Amino acid sequence: MTTFSDKDILLEIKDLEIQGYSDETWIDIIKGVDLTLHRGEVLGLIGESGAGKSTIGAAAMGYARDGTRISNGSIEFDGMELTTATEGERRALRGSRIAYVAQSAAASFNPAHKIIDQHTEAPVQYRIQKRLEAQEDAMELYERLRLPNPDEIGFRYPHQVSGGQLQRAMTAMAMACRPDLIIFDEPTTALDVTTQIEVLAAIRDIVDQFDTAAIYITHDLAVVAQMADTIKVLLKGEEVEQASTVEMLKNPKEEYTKSLWAVRSFKRDQKSRPTDGTPPIISVKNIDAAYTGGEKVLDDVSFDIYPGMTVAVVGESGSGKSTTARCITGLLPPMAGEIQFKGETLPPKYTDRNKDQLRQAQMIYQMADTALNPKVQIHEIIGRPAQFYSGLKGQALKQRVDELLDLIELEPSQYYHRYPPELSGGQKQRIGIARALAAEPEFIICDEVTSALDQLVAEGILRLLDRLQQELNLAYMFITHDLATVRSIADEVVVMQQGKVVEQGAKDKMFKPPHHPYTDLLLSSVPEMDPNWLTDLLEERGVENVGESADVNQEPPDGTAGDTKPAS
Amino acid sequence: MGDLAQLVLKRLGYGLLTLLVVSILIFFAVELLPGDVAEAVLGQGATPETVAAMREQLGLDRPAIIRYVEWLGGAVTGDFGISAVSGDPVMQVIGTRFVNTLFLAAYAAVIAVPFAIVLGIIVALLRNSVFDRVANVATLTSISSPEFFLGYILILFLAVKVPLFPAIASLSGDMSFFQLLERTFLPALTLVLVVTAHMMRMTRASIINLLASPYIEMARLKGVPPWKVIVRHALPNAWAPIINVVALNLAYLITGVVLVEVVFVYPGIGQALVDAVSKRDFPVVQAASLIFAGTFILLNLAADIGAILTNPRLRHPK
Repeated sequence: MTTFSDKDILLEIKDLEIQGYSDETWIDIIKGVDLTLHRGEVLGLIGESGAGKSTIGAAAMGYARDGTRISNGSIEFDGMELTTATEGERRALRGSRIAYVAQSAAASFNPAHKIIDQHTEAPVQYRIQKRLEAQEDAMELYERLRLPNPDEIGFRYPHQVSGGQLQRAMTAMAMACRPDLIIFDEPTTALDVTTQIEVLAAIRDIVDQFDTAAIYITHDLAVVAQMADTIKVLLKGEEVEQASTVEMLKNPKEEYTKSLWAVRSFKRDQKSRPTDGTPPIISVKNIDAAYTGGEKVLDDVSFDIYPGMTVAVVGESGSGKSTTARCITGLLPPMAGEIQFKGETLPPKYTDRNKDQLRQAQMIYQMADTALNPKVQIHEIIGRPAQFYSGLKGQALKQRVDELLDLIELEPSQYYHRYPPELSGGQKQRIGIARALAAEPEFIICDEVTSALDQLVAEGILRLLDRLQQELNLAYMFITHDLATVRSIADEVVVMQQGKVVEQGAKDKMFKPPHHPYTDLLLSSVPEMDPNWLTDLLEERGVENVGESADVNQEPPDGTAGDTKPAS
Repeated sequence: MGDLAQLVLKRLGYGLLTLLVVSILIFFAVELLPGDVAEAVLGQGATPETVAAMREQLGLDRPAIIRYVEWLGGAVTGDFGISAVSGDPVMQVIGTRFVNTLFLAAYAAVIAVPFAIVLGIIVALLRNSVFDRVANVATLTSISSPEFFLGYILILFLAVKVPLFPAIASLSGDMSFFQLLERTFLPALTLVLVVTAHMMRMTRASIINLLASPYIEMARLKGVPPWKVIVRHALPNAWAPIINVVALNLAYLITGVVLVEVVFVYPGIGQALVDAVSKRDFPVVQAASLIFAGTFILLNLAADIGAILTNPRLRHPK
């Protein structure tokens, strides 16, 4: 690991305080953080959501998001004090000397303009290059980032390009003016593991090639271990500790850091299928499905889920995991095949199912934020299904709601009359669980229930789900793209790719070779804490084809995988 | 592009279907009115025999369905029958008046639409500033005042106190184009004042609505100046709702201007419709209503297609 102390300091933040406006007062969100970055250094900022990583990243550009203000401290970029500079002076740095790479390239490219026009906007505006020169340069960067058809891809609109490619195009855009510093704000969080690798490799290459300094913001420790020279851990707007990457991984000093490192500790014993001839609780039999007017998105999908067991369905976005769930719940009647519940065929459309059949298909969603009506009190959210399915009223209903709140470990008297926006992400997800339980199902579909949560909170949810499974003998269909989650809670695994089941079986078998090549790719793509993991993996796969490997193997020829879902 | 053409054709089909339904409603609603053309033409002194004879002569004794089909067939070719009052063809009665209405509407639209959108962009850029508030209050005041009141105020100040423009917008055949513009300036200005607020506020709202988008933040962090953030990055994505409000206001300019026409004594189709209703001139009422409906549907159709065309996902399919 290189030391940077002998190099020039590029960015120095001292005693930074940032306030956010909420409930008609200014509250501190960053409480005195220092940060020093040398030329060519990559600093990893990690922490849970709400730690203020992203706010600090924006502040490094002299930018305060709407509703926030820099209230104290100094930010000195290459000799220029940003807190006292005029807005015009600060703006002149952005895009030219400090660039930004956002979390979701799909949302951060303007849908109305071609990619290359957005790329050339900054260099043309700063008169660094003429438009055509800037276009040439963009194509060269696309090539360096190993984008397919570098001469042509820029002339497409953002929606015509896949997520991983867009993220690389955005990294290229950040490089357009050859900045001294790039802020990477969770650049791979929205991507699948297999796509994540190519983007990580591309970012690391380009940062090395141009000796650019970077602040790499993420909540994923394994990712930051690959990217950063130095790691700074943040908690609720304050620094916990900072050290070089190797040192930090080996000897974390603070308790909080250690807890982050140890987070994937939860693991439960694997169960196996009943041998006494009990029928599966849900049996998916040879289903094909398509959205109206679209191509087939499920092709001959079959698997069984037995009572009290957890079946993890894994695969990249667009592989048909959620579509399968929609077929089971009857929201999307399959074109062929059938869904059986305890050996009995369910009507394909939910409107044709009776209450008892409906009761069995409960869902918990990824985004608890949008899955709960913000204007409805908690007791009503949970109480409605209890009323609908079990016909409870008055005192009995209240008792049942209290019981459900107890089950999800939230104190009934405190939460009964509250509204979803008043709760934290983890608490909202618990309400989602309680709502599913209110129907008294034997089977629940969990659709990426932990992927929007911080690791510590996610673990709490996994433990809760496990406890509920034991107490109520629930079966789970657990949709996820996170293999670590699969390792901790699954009994069986179903691997899906492009609408087909490519492999399925008991978890212990699935995690042992030999694998189906796709399973192998998925497994090997999960970042590990070892800082050399990415380097080793790239060598193993062959550096030259890693950029394309995911494109070639998993995407249809036109490179638009991951978009088979309807716009949501 | 095949998808797009298909989408446009589909909308066009829906538009025609809507027009058909509206034509049924218009025809049979007028049927429901007490009395008919024969009674209206012959007046109160007519004997039942003469009324019956008149009915037979006009074909009014036949079933309504048959008369509807005939009427619709004529309407498609521009023949709306004979005015019950003057005995002239309906098209002759309302044709020039409709052209006059279109002229006034176009005059107002040419001023109001660019003005409202540019003003909307400026207030979005200077949001929450004094200028923003003043513009909002001013346009809201003008939209909240009844248009005849606005018309009289304008007459008072711009025709009576300071005689810049004529107070009466009656037309004669030998006027030059510029005379025409001068003569109709006050009614056009009244209409501009009435329709600007909606369009400006929608432009402002739909731009500001987009300012929280990640791609707007990205543009800002690329060092794009504020006006360019609005014009280049927000506006192209804000067209759909703006176009819809513009279309609604254009439709209003054609179909809802009776009061302004009365105030300025302007020979438009609105006045003709009011006259026809009071004189029970059913063929004219039906024709005018159908023309209004057609205009309304056509403009909304144009708005739909415009909104589709501004969506890059549809313009540039994968």
